[in-house]
Amino acid sequence: MKIGVFVCHCGSNIAGTVDTEKVAAAARKLPGVAFATDTMYACSEPGQEGIVEAVKEHGLDGVVVASCTPRMHEATFRRTVERAGLNRYMFEMANIREHVSWIGKDMDANTNKAAELVAMAVAKLREDRLLFPKKFDINKRVMVLGGGVAGIQAALDCADGGLDVVLVEKTTTIGGKMAKLDKTFPTVDCSSCILGPKMVDIAQHPNITLYAASEVDDVSGYVGNFKVAIRKKQTYVDWDLCTGCGQCMEKCPSKKTPDAFNEFIGPTTAINIPFPQAIPKKASINAEACIMLTKGKCGACAKVCPVEAIRFDQQEEIVHEEVGAIVAATGYDLFDHSKYPEYGGGRIPDVITSMQYERMLSASGPTGGHIKRPSNGEEPKNVVFIQCVGSRDKSVDRPYCSGFCCMYTAKQTILTKDHIPDSQSYVFYMDIRSPGKNYDEFTRRAMEQYGARYIRGRVAQVYEKGDTLIVRGADTLTGTSIEVEADLVVLAVGAESAKGAAQLAEKLRISYDTYGFYMESHPKLKPVETNTAGVFLAGCCQGPKDIPSSVGQGSAAAAKVLAMFSKDQLESDPQISQVDIKRCIGCGKCMSTCPFGAIKEIDFRGQKKAEVIETVCQGCGLCTATCPQGAIQLQHFTDNQILAEVTSLCPPLLEKSFE
Amino acid sequence: MPPLAGKELRIVGFLCNWCSYGGADTAGVGRFSQPTDLRIIRVPCSGRIDPLFILRTFMNGADGVLVSGCHPRDCHYSEGNLYARRRLEILQRLMPFIGIEPERFSYTWVSASEGQRWQKVVGTFTDEIHAIGPAKPFGVSMEQLEKQMAGVLASPENAGAEKQEVERAAS
Repeated sequence: MKIGVFVCHCGSNIAGTVDTEKVAAAARKLPGVAFATDTMYACSEPGQEGIVEAVKEHGLDGVVVASCTPRMHEATFRRTVERAGLNRYMFEMANIREHVSWIGKDMDANTNKAAELVAMAVAKLREDRLLFPKKFDINKRVMVLGGGVAGIQAALDCADGGLDVVLVEKTTTIGGKMAKLDKTFPTVDCSSCILGPKMVDIAQHPNITLYAASEVDDVSGYVGNFKVAIRKKQTYVDWDLCTGCGQCMEKCPSKKTPDAFNEFIGPTTAINIPFPQAIPKKASINAEACIMLTKGKCGACAKVCPVEAIRFDQQEEIVHEEVGAIVAATGYDLFDHSKYPEYGGGRIPDVITSMQYERMLSASGPTGGHIKRPSNGEEPKNVVFIQCVGSRDKSVDRPYCSGFCCMYTAKQTILTKDHIPDSQSYVFYMDIRSPGKNYDEFTRRAMEQYGARYIRGRVAQVYEKGDTLIVRGADTLTGTSIEVEADLVVLAVGAESAKGAAQLAEKLRISYDTYGFYMESHPKLKPVETNTAGVFLAGCCQGPKDIPSSVGQGSAAAAKVLAMFSKDQLESDPQISQVDIKRCIGCGKCMSTCPFGAIKEIDFRGQKKAEVIETVCQGCGLCTATCPQGAIQLQHFTDNQILAEVTSLCPPLLEKSFE
Repeated sequence: MPPLAGKELRIVGFLCNWCSYGGADTAGVGRFSQPTDLRIIRVPCSGRIDPLFILRTFMNGADGVLVSGCHPRDCHYSEGNLYARRRLEILQRLMPFIGIEPERFSYTWVSASEGQRWQKVVGTFTDEIHAIGPAKPFGVSMEQLEKQMAGVLASPENAGAEKQEVERAAS
């Protein structure tokens, strides 16, 4: 076999701490290596052309590129060697950037290590075999998980692109967090006026099937052919019949039910429609508050319902959907401010969260758009906003910036002035982070035109003094401590990953970071893909985002799905398991180990044997490590290939002694 | 090419492609400095690792072997890392019977986002291996070793060190 080795400088990224010329020279001495050179940027056009030319000139059978991580450019170089006329699997990569040049400064040690990694890749390449992908059909339907603004955008774009869309929302209405907002920054647009029409489009689009009050129970299958089980939760109302007339809400005697949509600042009824623009506009019963469901008597709603839609005996239901791609847009949750006992949230009635304030500002909210102190219902004059509650604070395990809190606080100071012209807003902040289009201008306007007083420093304590609250904090610009008398304190709570995000990630087989946000495939170049083919991300499930970014990512995810579905068939990865029928003894261990059910039993001339279902196999190699016979081998990661790497690193000490 | 004499020992890492290999990449991108002893072999899943690979690596003279995969319940292949855990747990317990110090082997979980954790894992493990020192030649009888070393022992400058080596292997 004639192998070519290309050692990349990556500018100074590699060449700065690795003697690439020496690595290439060492590679030339390896068995099988016919050509070795160092190159400035292997991934650039001239770099790739150099590889193609060398393959042709030297008649190479395989190529090793020593450069960055294969997780970055393996696909790029596989295309390059294919262009040179080789099989794309006759290629190996040695990671001498992330694993060598970037983690140490010792030139000798780095050069030595890089040369060894190249030797390892060459050893493996000598065991590589030609592999050929197969094609399989795809199911051109897409499932969007989460009906917030990101999910809505993704669903609409996919549906407008002609795809069948299944939208799954866990609450009883779509709209997500944006539906709860009064206005949006920096335009002070009415939130429901811009979101409402999109929600209606979802309801009316012929290509969209909406499952509200539903959650994903199980996901199986693979890109192009996912099978999803959806659990439809009980709403105790037959939604096929319910017209959303609202008569049941008027008659329901259980009028002190906690209202999750209004952030628990006002009560609602046990049977309710979350808000007037809800989609689907259907009533549902809160089982914990309903007198009929808890005590077995009442049934007032059933008596007044003109279409007899009430079903106290309704059960959960599992429905199955088959789709080719999944977009996760499951959003975020707000930080629990009671983790800051010094602010008094949950203890002092006049300390509320930003979202509660938002509901108060909203004309369709529980106070009809009037700002009231929860303690006595009076209009507050001094409103203090405390920023970074659950953001940029290691002590509560939230070291990241939630991104949008600076902006919504500025918006809320403006709205406060609009609602109560003789009011005064104070904002305790750490830094102002307003890097979007028109964002900085907006915060400036809050300060300059609306007179919000910005105080740089953290608040130490909020306590009650008679009828008012005292907010004590530091003013780090003047270096003094400061006390502000407040009628209302609004905590700008940060974003955290949605509850249940980790469990869903496990079902989708995608990864999440330390804080529970879903990991994109590459932080810069693949921001909407995941490492699981066919699963895409949109919105805050990937990290805190404002509305424009969420919408943008929703559209991006839709574009990825549409691009994937523009082909009728996908290529399957040939790096899957293969059974050597002669060695297989039909013990069935591989079958019971495979997490995907990708191995079936066949009858081969009267004997039991295993066979891999090629489109189902994901290439994990569990079966290969399990098989007592070594009869089932994961292609491209066979025992021989891995052992070749081991032997390259650790040559047998005394070969004879083992034989 | 041997590890740099006096500086490095031979440590081999088997890492799953999705979490730990990504974690090692993240550590690199973050420029988290690490000792250079470790050489990484990429496998699709920690469940792909046949425990015999690890034994072979030790038999061939590795001073340490590190396996790292996805955190339990966070496996790209749903449950590969759980199979790995069962196998490696047993392997670790068997090691003293085969004559390998179990401290030379470690398995852990590092996710793709945990660059800092990877730095710590590599640093700690490398330090531990350096504390134990180089592995003694594996599975070699006294006579074989003497025969193999005869040539080397002849050279005067190596005599002292190599003799010690032989004595250590024999003890």
